[in-house]
Formats: sequence, C-alpha cells, structure tokens
Amino acid sequence: MSRKISFKDAINEALSQEMERDGSVIVMGLDNAGGRGTDGQLDAWGGVLGVTKGLYGKYGDRVIDTPISESSYIGAAVGAAACGMRPVVEMMFSDFFGVCFDQMMNQAAKFRYMFGGKAVTPVTMRTCYGGGFRAAAQHSQVLYSVFSHIPGLKVVVPSTPHDAKGLLTQCIRDNDPVIFMEHKVLYAMKGEVPEESYAIPFGKANVVREGKDVTVVAIGWMVHKALQAAQSLSKAGVECEVIDPRTVSPLDYDTIIKSVEKTGRLVIVDESNPRCSMASDISSVVAQNAFKALKGSIQMVTAPHTPSPFSGALEDLYLPSPAKIEAAVKATM
Amino acid sequence: MSELKKADLLKAYRTMREIRDFEERVHKEFATGKIPGFVHLYAGEEAVATGVCMHLNDDDRITSTHRGHGHCIAKGVDSIGMMAEIYGKKTGSCCGKGGSMHIADLEKGMLGANGIVGAGGPLGCGAALAAKFKGKGGVAVVFFGDGASNQGTILESMNLANIWNLPVIFLAENNGYAESTGVKYNVPTPNIADRAAGFGMPGVTVDGNDFFAVYEAAGEAIKRAREGGGPTLLECKTNRFFGHFEGDAMTYKAPGEVKRQREECDCLKIFAAKVTSAGLVTAAELEAIDKEVAALIDEAVEKALAAPTPTEADLLTDVYVSY
Repeated sequence: MSRKISFKDAINEALSQEMERDGSVIVMGLDNAGGRGTDGQLDAWGGVLGVTKGLYGKYGDRVIDTPISESSYIGAAVGAAACGMRPVVEMMFSDFFGVCFDQMMNQAAKFRYMFGGKAVTPVTMRTCYGGGFRAAAQHSQVLYSVFSHIPGLKVVVPSTPHDAKGLLTQCIRDNDPVIFMEHKVLYAMKGEVPEESYAIPFGKANVVREGKDVTVVAIGWMVHKALQAAQSLSKAGVECEVIDPRTVSPLDYDTIIKSVEKTGRLVIVDESNPRCSMASDISSVVAQNAFKALKGSIQMVTAPHTPSPFSGALEDLYLPSPAKIEAAVKATM
Repeated sequence: MSELKKADLLKAYRTMREIRDFEERVHKEFATGKIPGFVHLYAGEEAVATGVCMHLNDDDRITSTHRGHGHCIAKGVDSIGMMAEIYGKKTGSCCGKGGSMHIADLEKGMLGANGIVGAGGPLGCGAALAAKFKGKGGVAVVFFGDGASNQGTILESMNLANIWNLPVIFLAENNGYAESTGVKYNVPTPNIADRAAGFGMPGVTVDGNDFFAVYEAAGEAIKRAREGGGPTLLECKTNRFFGHFEGDAMTYKAPGEVKRQREECDCLKIFAAKVTSAGLVTAAELEAIDKEVAALIDEAVEKALAAPTPTEADLLTDVYVSY
C-alpha cells in the first residue's frame, strides 16, 4: 500500500528534498519560518498556511523570512536567481502579485529575451490561489491566465498531492522563472505520493479519465469537480474524457486536440474569470485546429466576469460546480 | 588622490573619456535617424560610474537604469558590442533584442540597464544575497536616479538590505532632474542621502563631478560591504549634459545652464586639471588616450553600421531556456 500524504505535505517534502539535494536552493517569504524578531518560538508558522513548516529546523538560514514588501523580496529572489541561486519564493496569496507585478513581468520574464539569451533566471514563485474559503475579492482570484499571457514565465497548476510534489521538484530544477499555483482548497487533500524524489515534466497533460463522448479539460481544483460531474454523467450513459493540463504555460494542446478529434465535443472548466482566460484560450486553439471534428459548440464553465464575492451564498454561485459542468456537457450534445 | 597609482589614474580617465565619447557620438548619430528607439545619455555623469566601478571586479554585480551606457562601460562591457546593440544589430551585446535600455553583460557582472525606474533595487538586493551565500566578499551596487529615489522599490530595498545586512551600495545619481521635473519639487530633504537615517544605514553625499570624491566615498562603502558591515546610501550630485531622452529640447533647463555646467562642472576637465597640475599625469598622456578612444568609437560606429540585423529566425528564440 502506497503512502498517502496531504497536498501541503507533498509540497513541503519537495522543498525539503530539493534543499537537501542542492545547496543553491533557498526558501523565502513572509513567515516562512515565522517568529523571527520575537521573544517567542522560532519556526512558529512555516508560512501563513504552514507549508514550509520544519524547513527552518533542517536548513537554518536558507529559510529566509521577509518583510511585507513584496516588490523588494520577490525582486530579490529574481536577482538572486540571475546570480546563481535557485530561490523558491512564496507569495502568500496570488492576488498580492499585483503589488510586485513589475518584478515578474518586466524583470524575471524578460531577462532572457532582452539580454539575447544570455540570462538564466531559475526562480520559483509559489503562491496559493482560488475560491472556496469565503476569502473575498483580494484573496481569491484565479490569475494563472494573466501569468500565462506573459512570454518568459511558466505557470504550473497541480491538482493532486502526487503532481504537486513532482511538478514543484521540476520547478526548482527548471532554468526558467515558474509560478507554482497551489489551490487553497487542495492543501488538506490526501493522495498517494512516492517517498523518493521525482520530477514531472512540464507541458504533459494527464488524461485523468478516459471517455468517448465529451472532452472535459479542467484545471486545478476544477479537475475534482469535473470528475464528480463525469461520474454522474456516466450513470446517464455519457462518458467524459477528463484532461488535467497540469501546466498552463506551456500547455499541452496536442493531447486536448487529439481527444477532441476523438470525442467531437469540448467543455473547459476554468475557475478564472472568462475574458482572455485559459478557457477562452483553449477554446480558440481547438476551434482553429480541430474545427471539423466538432459536433457541437464548445462550452466554457468559468467564474463570471465579476470579482470574487464574500458571502457564501454568492461564492457558491460564482464558482464552477459539478451541476454546471453537467449542464455544459449536455449543451455540447 | 595620492593612493591611486598612475596606471589607475590613466584607467579612470580612459573610462570617463570612453563614456563621454560614446555618448557624444550616439547623440550625433541619433540625429541622423539611423538609431532606433529611445536613448538616454549619460554624458556629464561619468565620474560617478567610473569612481564606483573602479572598486569592483567581474564577480561584483551592478544594476543600472534607463541611462545605463556609462555603467556598462565602467563595468567593462565592450563598447563595440554596445554600439551594435544600440543600432539593433545581431552582433550587439544582446543580439539586437534589448537595445539601449536593456544592455547587459552578466559575465561582467552587469545585470542590465533597466527600462523600469527603480527596478534595480530589489534585483541588486538579490545579487547581494547571492554574494552573501557565496561568501567570497562580493558586493552589489544599485545605481538609481533622483527620480527613482521616490520609487517604493528603492525604499523597500533599502529596508530589506539593512535588515538582511546585505553587501549592497545604493548609489543615488542625483542629476537634478527626474525627466523634466526638478529634484527640488520631488525630494523634500536637502539630500537624498538624508533618507538613509530612516533605514539605519550610513548616508553620504558627495560632489559627483569630482572623480576623487566619488572614488573615496564609494571605496569606503564597498569596503564596509565586503567586510560584512552592510549597506550604504551614497548620493553623488552631478549633471546631465543632454536631455532626458534624445530629442528632448530641455526647455525646463535655464538658459545657459548646460553651457555653464560644461564649462565649470565637467568631470573630465576637473579630473584632467587635478592630475596634470599635481604632476601625476602629463597632458600628452591624456591626449594619447583621447586619440585611442576616438579611434575605438569610430570603429564601434563603423562596425555597427556594417553589422547584419537579426533575422526572422531570431524572433522566436531566447524566450525560455526550454519550453
């Protein structure tokens, strides 16, 4: 029987194993150890959600707590990466990237191109994202579509503990700037995770469930909602093929197109807002490349074009749900 | 002045002369319409980059600004590659993909001119953090202007540098103008260096037109950083002889202001007068450097004009290491 650990512990294990393997890996962020500058306990938090807990005890000063000044410490991680380190820097909530967007978009992403291919900037920016916590508009937005728009950045969105560990390991070993998006709802989810270190390559989608009738592409937390919908639809005789891209930049369009060529139908489940989103991107690429295979119109299940609401009554309406996915699947038929 | 050997004095003069001639020539060539894009010239400020970078080696890093040509040359970046870059040629420092505002040479420790005002602060802290982990006494210098002194990135970085005790020098080049706006409007204290007190670090203001004043103050700050003594804010008051960008009519400057600065505050003239009157270097030795540099800049322009442009195949490369 394989070992089961949580999504959060899988991330922690990847960080620890990579820090053990490579002395140039450092971890930086708000309260990543916690308790510095106090009379109380050191390593008090391990990040606000406890993901880096225990690393300080093992790796000491390679776990660096930062002041709440995102531009300076995200930029410092980028600068250190350009000078030979492999920083894994944490942004507490992905919405806060708004504070330091320049260091991501104009610095990290563009160095290699602007400098004629001579820069290598192996920085990993971990962040938690997404709805479901009633965390309201500034702590819930899903921004991977925005980051994927920027050439030079890679964007990784794992859906399981297994993928979280393998993809984060790849992020740290990768030589480009990567944003690693951790859905806050998934932290507690448990799954089978090998104890040994392993890396999952970017740009390889996972066909989570095979089916002949409808292709359902789902990202992050949405993979689990899509699987719920697929199970229910199966009872009605509709077999969905559920695809988890795992990385949205690069994105494995080939696997998606191949599946649509088989099923003739496509639903995309994307928790981000619909305009210029991953859903609209996949929809457009499939329409351009597999138009003749389509038997019905492509359907997108996304959040509406509004900020995330606070009230649970509204957030439940805001988020994609298995029921909405089922309805979208039926609309393709 | 006495601690500098003759070879150092000649090197300092050569660097300043190379920057000056490079910039005067780019100004001239820009007017012909053959140089594309936005260009910001460093002429007038040469003593600052030179006085600082004389203390640095290739393992030390600098971050620069949109007005970065002088920092590049002082840090050892090849003028011929730079000129080709400014012309957008394939043989340029960045293969024609960066241009004037993004010249970099990582092997020389030059982390890039930067089109975003104040962006070098965090990056310089990162370079200093990497140097600290490496443990070999490396330092980083963040060059920024009086305009950037009001960017949050610079202020945050000064705080970060001090709480992490980073080997970094914040080098404020106060040329009196943030684009067209005077420093008296933008900065409420007499000196930018006064802000150092708020971050618990030494703050020093010197005459940026005096190479020796810059050299001495930078030397002290860099030595302190190398020895683990943490960051310093060093402000050099200087002048820029050209506009914010090429094509700027400089109507915001008083009539005769630049002429007076060129006559009275030219760092090259001040340097030459000092070293020749002290009998350390002869006028003939400086003239020989002038000739050598003039030939180099001629060669840089000739090569840039003759160089091939990038091709369609170059458009899509160098976005990622792998994708």
